[in-house]
Order: sequence, then C-alpha cells, then structure tokens
Amino acid sequence: MNIADYKNVWVYIEHAYGETKNVGLELLNQARVLADANQEKVVAVVIGKEIDTVVKSAIAYGAEEVLLVEGDEYKDYTTDAYTNAMVKLVEKYKPSVLLIGASNNGRDLGPRVAARLKTGLTADCTGLAVSEETKDVAWTRPAFGGNLMATIFCSDTRPQMGTVRPGVFKKAEPDTGRTAPITKEEIHTPAETILTKVVDLIKAVSDSGVKIEEADIIVSGGRGMGKPENFALLKELANLLGGAVGASRAAVDAGWMSPLQQVGQTGKTVSPKIYFACGISGAIQHLAGMSASDVIVAINKDPEAPIFDAADYGIVADLFEVVPVLIEEIKKIKAK
Amino acid sequence: MDILVCVKQVPDTAEIKIDRETNRLIRDGVPSILNPFDANALEAAVQLKEANGGTVTVLTMGPEQAKSMLKECISLGADKAVLVSDRVFGGSDTLATSYILANAIKKLGKFDLILCGKQAIDGDTGQVGPEIAEHLGVAQLTFVAKIDIKGDTITVNRELDEGYEVVEAKFPAVVTVVKSINTPRYPSIKSKMAANRAKIDVITAADLPEINLEKIGLKGSPTRVKKTFTPPKRESGIRICEETGSAAALKLVEKLVAAKLV
Repeated sequence: MNIADYKNVWVYIEHAYGETKNVGLELLNQARVLADANQEKVVAVVIGKEIDTVVKSAIAYGAEEVLLVEGDEYKDYTTDAYTNAMVKLVEKYKPSVLLIGASNNGRDLGPRVAARLKTGLTADCTGLAVSEETKDVAWTRPAFGGNLMATIFCSDTRPQMGTVRPGVFKKAEPDTGRTAPITKEEIHTPAETILTKVVDLIKAVSDSGVKIEEADIIVSGGRGMGKPENFALLKELANLLGGAVGASRAAVDAGWMSPLQQVGQTGKTVSPKIYFACGISGAIQHLAGMSASDVIVAINKDPEAPIFDAADYGIVADLFEVVPVLIEEIKKIKAK
Repeated sequence: MDILVCVKQVPDTAEIKIDRETNRLIRDGVPSILNPFDANALEAAVQLKEANGGTVTVLTMGPEQAKSMLKECISLGADKAVLVSDRVFGGSDTLATSYILANAIKKLGKFDLILCGKQAIDGDTGQVGPEIAEHLGVAQLTFVAKIDIKGDTITVNRELDEGYEVVEAKFPAVVTVVKSINTPRYPSIKSKMAANRAKIDVITAADLPEINLEKIGLKGSPTRVKKTFTPPKRESGIRICEETGSAAALKLVEKLVAAKLV
C-alpha cells in the first residue's frame, strides 16, 4: 500500500426511510477541517435508490464532490450491498479518510468495510483532528464507560476510518445555491451475495415524531418519575421545545418507557443542545450516554445525586413542582 | 442447532474510579465480570437451545484468569467453553482480535449462529462481532432485540432510530444483541458446582497453524492508542436552591433565557 496514493476526506451520508441523517451533514463540516489540513477535498458518498434529496443536502452542507451509487439493491440498507458498494468505491478512488456516523447502521457498516479493506477503524469518536507532525487523523474517543479518553492513530493503512458520534460536530449553514460535480458509479451487487433481507419496520418514534438521536433537546426521566403516566409531563415539555423524550435505564427496566428511548451505555448515546435529566440519579452508565450534551439541566430531590456533578444547571427540588412551572413559563415566552 | 457465543471478561466500569491527583484509572479492587451484553447473548443462546435443541459453546480470548468467567458461562447454561490465549495475541485491536477469533471458530467447527453482545463495556467499540462476520464471510445482524427461528431462517428485530427493523437471514449468521432482548438467569448452586469441575479447552497460536502472524498482536493491528487521558471534568455548574420548586423553576427559566437557550 502506497499511502501517498490515498487522498481526500470522504463522508458517508447516511439516510433511512427517505430522510438524510444529521450526522453525515455534521461530518461534512468537520471533514472540511481535516481536508484543509492536507489540502484535500471533502467528498460525500451517497448509496441508495431515489436519493436526489440526499445528494442535494450533501452539496448544500459542504460536499465538494459527490460519489453516487444507485440501484434497486440499495433501496434498503443491507450490510452486504452497502459494504460492497463502499469497498468498490474505496478501491477505485483511494480516499485517505472515511468518516461514518456512529448510528446503529453506521456501526454495522463501518467494521464490515474496515475488515474487508484490512484497515483500522476507531469507534464512536467524539474528537477529530489532524496531527501536525504526521498529518494523520487523531481520533479521540471515550472508553471504559466514559471514564477514560483515548487518542488513536491509524498510520500504516488506508483509508483511516472512524465512526463518529452524532451531535458532536455542528452542521454548517446550508447553501442551496452551491453546486458540485456528481460522479455516478455503476456498482452492482449480485442478489445472491446479499445475505439479509429487510422485511418490515415497526415504527416507534416519540409522540412528537422527533427521534432521540437527532433531537436538539431531550427531556429524560428516571426512577424519580414514579410511574409511566408521569412521563406525559416530560412529553409536554419536550413537545413545547420541539424535542424528544428519553429515559434512564431504571425507567426502561421498570417498563415505563421503550428501550428505544433509553439514554446511556446500554441505550443511545446522545449530545443534544439541552439535556433535561428529571428524577435521574446519574449513574456512570447514564452519564456515558449524555455527558457530551452542550447544556445539562438536572432536576432531582436528592442533593447528593451524582447527576449534579455533570449538570450545568442543577435544581434540588421535586420535579413535579418544577416541570409544570417550567412548562407554563416557556409557554409564556413562546407566546410573546 | 449449534450456537457459539463470543464473550469477554471486562472490568466492571461502574466500579472504576479516577484518581484526581494522578488522573489515572484506579483499577485495583475493580471486579472482573462477564461483559453484561455478552450475558444477554449467552442467555439468548441458552433459550434457543432449550427451545430447539442443540449445543451452546462459549469462546473468549484473554489471559488464563478468564477461565473463571468461562466457568460462570457454563453455570449459566453453556455446554462447552474455549479460551483462546497466547502471548502473541496480546495488543490486538478489533481487526486482529476478530481475525484470531474467526480462525478459532473455524477450528471449532460449524455453527448455525454466532452470538455476541452489542459491545464490550470496556472498549465500547462494537466492532468485533461484525468483523468476525466479515472474516467468516457470513451474514450479520446487529443491535438485535428479538430473535425468531424457523428451520434454517433467523428473523430478528434490529434497534434503529426509526424503530425496530425486521430482518431475516439464513444460517449461518453473526448476531449482536442489545440489553432488552432478555434478562439473564442466575446460576443455581448445583449448576455452579458442576461448572467448577468443568474442563476449559485452551487454544493457542500453535493450534491455529493457518493464522498469519503478521495479522495478529500489535504488529497486526492497524490502530494504535497514542494517548489516554481522563476526560476534562465539566466545570461545576450553577446550583439552584430555592424554598419551593416553582421558585426554582422560575430561576431556571431566567437563567436559560439569559443564556439564550430558550
């Protein structure tokens, strides 16, 4: 492998069920930083069927070039078809860096592609930089449940690959007037090599329709919620703010909320602009899933709860007294 | 059906503390446990065996002390346990680890399903399962919350942002499971005692002659940890303590508005 042959920073633009995921668009912005450090280009990779809007978004959010693979076999995400398309693209165009969002499907695709290419993959990164010395990517990620951070390099193989946590990097302001060359690659994946088949989707989004991994605002409840009906209060606050409702493991284990809403090491890792933790004690596993949030508001009766160590705003009070007033006050502000 | 479960012995990350003076992890006295997600994978395997017949083999890579965890797996319903252990395997990253495990699996025979936890709680990568699937060239089903078997077809519910995606595949397949798939059982005193007497098979590099030594250990690992550090402590926030909850709420709104957050 001649490393000098590998150039440019690629971003895989994930989409599902007709929607472009925020994380790919966020990564285009950070890819710009990595590409500039080596005078390289930011290239978006889009795989799917009928994905014009995904391509348009990628360009509006900063892609200088788009590599497009379209076909019936790419209608649903399958590990085998998408891996084949991605690996063929990499072998032909030789990127230096490949960024993939650390969504569940991103974390399904990344290792399969990396193993086929025999290259290194760093999981669930929260920091991306370029080493001044070697010009390699310095991938920073949490480990040991968030107790330790590690910076990892992949110096001798290409592409350097990483999955990156959603919400860590911010999207650029979109510019719908931008244009970029789109290269359509005819890559066919034979049906007999696609070993899985998507047969259905059991939809389970929050009442507001906002997905927890994409939400700017998350209102989460824990054991302190007492019973499932009380989550209506959190839903009201979340709806008001255009956010989603989350839950701690205690609330999910009690059967009050779906595991799909769970935040923490066991569930989803999130980094919204504001995270409200209501009646959540803040076990290390929960903190591992939300401590990258921009602002954390904690409401808990127990002044000793560890959540207060992570909180930007800590309220020692009964959440059932605080949240209704919060809702009324925010309504007043919105009405103005 | 014959099922293999990949397990890992991990430090209980909930018990790890940070020495604020030296900024190092305090690992002394931290118990080593069966990775919790692997416990779910093992439980899923044992339930499938109970329903469909067959065998459950557990496989781990690690030092000699991992045998205690493998015995625990036997007490929880595994029929057989195998330890892959050799100094030359040390320092392997996920690509090298999955390569070694895939070679060990090939040596152990044919399996209908290979189950793993969605990730280990120490590394938190979730990469070894899919990478094993690639080395073996078989189907992979990740983040699985429900498994149904009919003949040689497996149908699963995968956790996605949008909900549960129902996906099917033919055997053989690698399946990684999430916590909500089941509640692992506890061992009985009898099963514990029997497990204590169980023999653990050990596979070393010498037992895997087809393995390419260039692809294992530090040398065979494309990623390298250059630096570790403890995360910067969040600056201590503002504590709002008022006489009543509603007064505290008003104060919070005031602060959120001042910070332009609402």
